Amino acid sequence: MIPKGLYIHVPFCVRKCPYCDFYSETDLTLTQPYTEAVIRNINQRNCYADTVYFGGGTPSLLTAKQIENILSAVKIADGAEITMECNPNTVTEKYLRDILSAGVNRISFGIQSLDDGELKMLGRIHDSQTAVNAVQLAYEAGFRNISADLMLCTANQTMYSLGNTLEKLVKLPLTHVSAYMLKIEPDTPYGRNDSILPLLPDEDETADMYLFAVKKLAENGFEQYEISNFAKDGFESRHNLKYWRCEEYYGIGPSAHSFIDGVRRACPKNLQQFISQETQTELVTEENGGDYEEQTMLSLRLTKEGLDLDKISGGDEISNRAKPLINAGLMKRDGSRLMLTAEGCLVSNEIICRLIV
Amino acid sequence: MSYNQDNIRNFCIIAHIDHGKSTLADRILELTSTVAKRDMEEQLLDNMDIERERGITIKARAVRLNYTATDGKDYVFNLIDTPGHVDFNYEVSRSLVACEGAILIVDASQGIEAQTLANTYLAIENDLEVMPVINKIDLPSADPERVADEVENIIGIPAMDSPRISAKMGTNIAEVLERVVTDIPAPHGDIDAPLKALIFDCFYDSYKGVIIYVRVIDGEIRIGQKIRLMATGAEFDVVETGYMGATDLVNAGVLKAGEVGYITASIKSIGDTKVGDTVTDAENPCDNALPGYREVNPMVFSGVYPADGAKYGDLRDALDKLQLNDASLSFQPETSVALGFGFRCGFLGLLHMEIIQERLEREYNLDLITTAPSVIYKVKLTNGETVFIDNPTNYPDPAVIASAEEPMVKASILAPTDFTGNIMELCQERRGIFKDMKYLDASRVELHYELPLNEIVYDFFDALKSRTKGYASFDYEMMGYVPSKLVKLDILLNGDVVDALSFIVHADNAYKRARRIAEKLKDNIPRQLFEIPIQAAVGGKVIARETVKAMRKDVLAKCYGGDITRKKKLLEKQKEGKKRMRQLGTVEVPQEAFMAVLKLDE
Repeated sequence: MIPKGLYIHVPFCVRKCPYCDFYSETDLTLTQPYTEAVIRNINQRNCYADTVYFGGGTPSLLTAKQIENILSAVKIADGAEITMECNPNTVTEKYLRDILSAGVNRISFGIQSLDDGELKMLGRIHDSQTAVNAVQLAYEAGFRNISADLMLCTANQTMYSLGNTLEKLVKLPLTHVSAYMLKIEPDTPYGRNDSILPLLPDEDETADMYLFAVKKLAENGFEQYEISNFAKDGFESRHNLKYWRCEEYYGIGPSAHSFIDGVRRACPKNLQQFISQETQTELVTEENGGDYEEQTMLSLRLTKEGLDLDKISGGDEISNRAKPLINAGLMKRDGSRLMLTAEGCLVSNEIICRLIV
Repeated sequence: MSYNQDNIRNFCIIAHIDHGKSTLADRILELTSTVAKRDMEEQLLDNMDIERERGITIKARAVRLNYTATDGKDYVFNLIDTPGHVDFNYEVSRSLVACEGAILIVDASQGIEAQTLANTYLAIENDLEVMPVINKIDLPSADPERVADEVENIIGIPAMDSPRISAKMGTNIAEVLERVVTDIPAPHGDIDAPLKALIFDCFYDSYKGVIIYVRVIDGEIRIGQKIRLMATGAEFDVVETGYMGATDLVNAGVLKAGEVGYITASIKSIGDTKVGDTVTDAENPCDNALPGYREVNPMVFSGVYPADGAKYGDLRDALDKLQLNDASLSFQPETSVALGFGFRCGFLGLLHMEIIQERLEREYNLDLITTAPSVIYKVKLTNGETVFIDNPTNYPDPAVIASAEEPMVKASILAPTDFTGNIMELCQERRGIFKDMKYLDASRVELHYELPLNEIVYDFFDALKSRTKGYASFDYEMMGYVPSKLVKLDILLNGDVVDALSFIVHADNAYKRARRIAEKLKDNIPRQLFEIPIQAAVGGKVIARETVKAMRKDVLAKCYGGDITRKKKLLEKQKEGKKRMRQLGTVEVPQEAFMAVLKLDE
């Protein structure tokens, strides 16, 4: 049996950030019944995994013991990557040591920015010093694979403030950075309130900030390997790579998505229901997962390996359509592989639409 | 009710827009109890959505009413509601032939308007008895005596004892009905002669086939009878015949001389029926067909294309069906490099064009792209030949043009005096030649201009309304061709001429128009992967330029915890959106861009 990925959605937050549309609840008394439901579902599936990812929400709101109990239900392959998203505010050195010994070997901190003004605008509960301390603490606790989430193009962000954040960030003992451009989601306080819009950088500034971040990170050894992801050599997120390579993964917990045997499914965003059900409900979102469109769309996100035109039907047509894009510096070709440049990443939706037709 | 030709009255209503024609029709329907109170709604005869929304009548409509007059006799009225706008003049002339009389509604405060006059003359030419009615006497500004005077002086028909009514309030409507009985003559057809009936309208019903509206002149029509349509020679067996109730058709089984009604005969092929044709009995035909209608000449032309090229066949069917009840619509297939296969359609005027487009989109569920309207230019070539150009794409090369002429119209604009300055300014901008100005009273002025038709086909009416707060009324009639300095303005996107955006403009306005169009296109073409130069050129010389900057950002940054389906859906939506765009070379142009260049005065 080949090990798969395992995504566990931990739907708890101390409070909701105004830009975030991931599913979470604030009633922390439910963490224990939630943990039991997760374990139940893992056991039913007899999960065998070489990557485990605790995403949220705020996974660090679970106790180290709860994390340990969940992980001990999983059949874990040798050398597995076990990631946990952590809020810089909710971790202590003890906690970090405990989850390390529970098996977690990769931490992803939601740092977002190292500018206190920007953090306030984002409604984050931590400040920049807390973020810096959390990374240091994780390193001291023994973690050698630490990632930081960064947000680009947030309210009041300037090229100058972004430069400062990056400057401070690259000095931390990090192996990986995810840098997301803020997207206003309709069903969030940001999405419902137009007053944020004038504070955001415009299209040109946004693009310039992104290109600046790509360059700055590369200069410091964080090479871009996906539209929003940067890693030191050998530290790419193996779990996230599974998404982009159309590999299989389980999804446990409300709002978690899975991809098994060519079918994509999702568990409803309902914590109460998840807890009370013997087996979580999984609704099919796509019968033909991993088809031509998905493969093209996903593999083109990978800026190092890209799309292998020899391995996809219609590769010749795609190759022809890509020519003007290559000439314009939006894509590049490496043997049979086609990939986006950083400029191309910025307009990847439009490019993918053109390539697939 | 037993048939007696002496008790039939066929009449229509003539009125200027807004003078209360549809309201009077509603009142008459109520008073004759043709429509039960609960079914009554405003503008009952205007049953097209567009008519109700705009408060205008586009299609003529017929309805039968029963009325018991004060003389104790029962009468059958056939009321034919007709449009008031100049563009639908043709509809009016069609319905007039089916009537013996016309009620002329005149607004008690505004008096006679240009259009009313034109339609009244049409009625008199058709030997109709014209019966004036003065409406809106409830208005504080009403002056029925002055208006009655005006009717007598200008039209020359007695109006002093004409009914003074308020259709809105329901005042004196009964008097109107009595006058219909006494003033409008009964038809005098020969019931024993061979069948002779005039087709004054028809439309297509998916169950019954073509439904023909007729006025029977002589003889009678019965179910089962074999009829012949004289112009086409096509023969059919009558399936249904009867009259028009207020809300639906009533199959009476027979229709006799003097009556107005309908026929269905399982007519599937639209081409067989022509408005203006004569219906006769196939076994016992009448000697001569009725004179029919004068063919109308479209004045405004525009290319109509399906947004989705695959819908070309649907568009052709829809145009066929619309033409069936709007013979003034003409169309011919044409091809555009930019837009693919479509039709060059001829319209009577701008409102007509707008209405047809709207009906195609609503009634036939089509998504359309229409090109800028054009008029017919008369071009003398250096080889002595004269050509008429209705499509800017076909405008000859300047090198072979000896001279060019464009159509002019006589325009009359009526508005409150406060707006005189604004109107004059607008007409000046549109190359208008001032003719004269008349103060109708202290507050109203009538301006006469000669205007090039090409200056009013774009957005003149909108511009006029916005500069007069909606108070101006505007009318025009064709006056012929005059020599003009015309040039063809080409629009280039990314260096390629887009044929569908070319148009003809007076040389003096070329720069201004070119700049405006380039700006409009820039605002309406979304950023794309590459920078797009927009150029406007006359004879190869670029006179205006704008640039759509390249798109910088269009990316889904996050990976949403493995939710690939969401990404895919977003991508599919984006691809769907691209389908609504026209691919012109490397440039994607949204439909709105084609429309936006039509509305430059904003």
